[in-house]
Amino acid sequence: MRKKNKNKNNKNLNASWLKPYSLLQNYPLYIRSIPAEQELKFHYTVHTSLDVVDEKVSAMGKALVDQRELYLGLLYPTEDYKVYGYVTNSKVKFVMVVDSSNTALRDNEIRSMFRKLHNSYTDVMCNPFYNPGDRIHSRAFDNMVTSMMVQVC
Amino acid sequence: MPAMADETLFQLLHTQVVAAAYGAGRGSGDEGLRAGLTVLEGMGFRVGQGLAERLPQGALAFREELDTIKFLCRDLWGAVFGKQTDNLRTNHQGTYILQDNNFPFLTQMAWGQQYLEEAPKFLAFTCGLLRGTLSSLGIESSVTASVTSLPACKFQVVIQKA
Repeated sequence: MRKKNKNKNNKNLNASWLKPYSLLQNYPLYIRSIPAEQELKFHYTVHTSLDVVDEKVSAMGKALVDQRELYLGLLYPTEDYKVYGYVTNSKVKFVMVVDSSNTALRDNEIRSMFRKLHNSYTDVMCNPFYNPGDRIHSRAFDNMVTSMMVQVC
Repeated sequence: MPAMADETLFQLLHTQVVAAAYGAGRGSGDEGLRAGLTVLEGMGFRVGQGLAERLPQGALAFREELDTIKFLCRDLWGAVFGKQTDNLRTNHQGTYILQDNNFPFLTQMAWGQQYLEEAPKFLAFTCGLLRGTLSSLGIESSVTASVTSLPACKFQVVIQKA
């Protein structure tokens, strides 16, 4: 089964991180963090969270639940961060990492952020100049992510 | 009524796309025919990939293969052609037949059987569309179409098992 993964890490105080992962090999389509220095640490966090995402997705598959949501919710809390996940029907995964000290972020806000991300990603996908599987270079997408992270930080 | 105009616009555009795929000296005979079909199918594939992202907005994650195919029959057909497929058959082993008794791209040439041979050109894009959408949703397949009497046609989807 193909896996696409898009990670967005969003850290409160100083750092935001966005990282999309893409298909088959689960490689990132898009990465963004504020500030940019801590990227490597986030890479690791996000990569390990992929396993949790897979768990949740397969768990949902087995459960005889009528409702299957795209939003996965809090994946796992570490000592410093909270990680949220969202997966689309086309198996693109969005991962967001937020600083734990940011208690102002409520579930609703996270959901709406993921929705915005999904919509922007859909726009990127429909762009005829974009080849599915490439890294995302769209400026519109960048701007959307920037404005979202600014809002949070 | 903007919604009504959409379908006509797309049909007209599609007609031109088919003409363009075969125009400009692309060559006649079998070679040219195959090349044109490949181009059209490839176009449909890319469009299908984009559609797969955009369409299921609000739809919940598909639980199994059959759900995805039903989504194709209802939502994709509804969005692109303004109607649903008339019949869906399956052998429960990965082959699905989607039947449309009044396929919009074929209705304009449906008076009699005169243009039966030209029909495949007008089905190639849709085959690619189906394949692209399925591919984006995680299902690799091969899609072929067949026409026995205009304007009805059948699309056969064969799921590739990994």
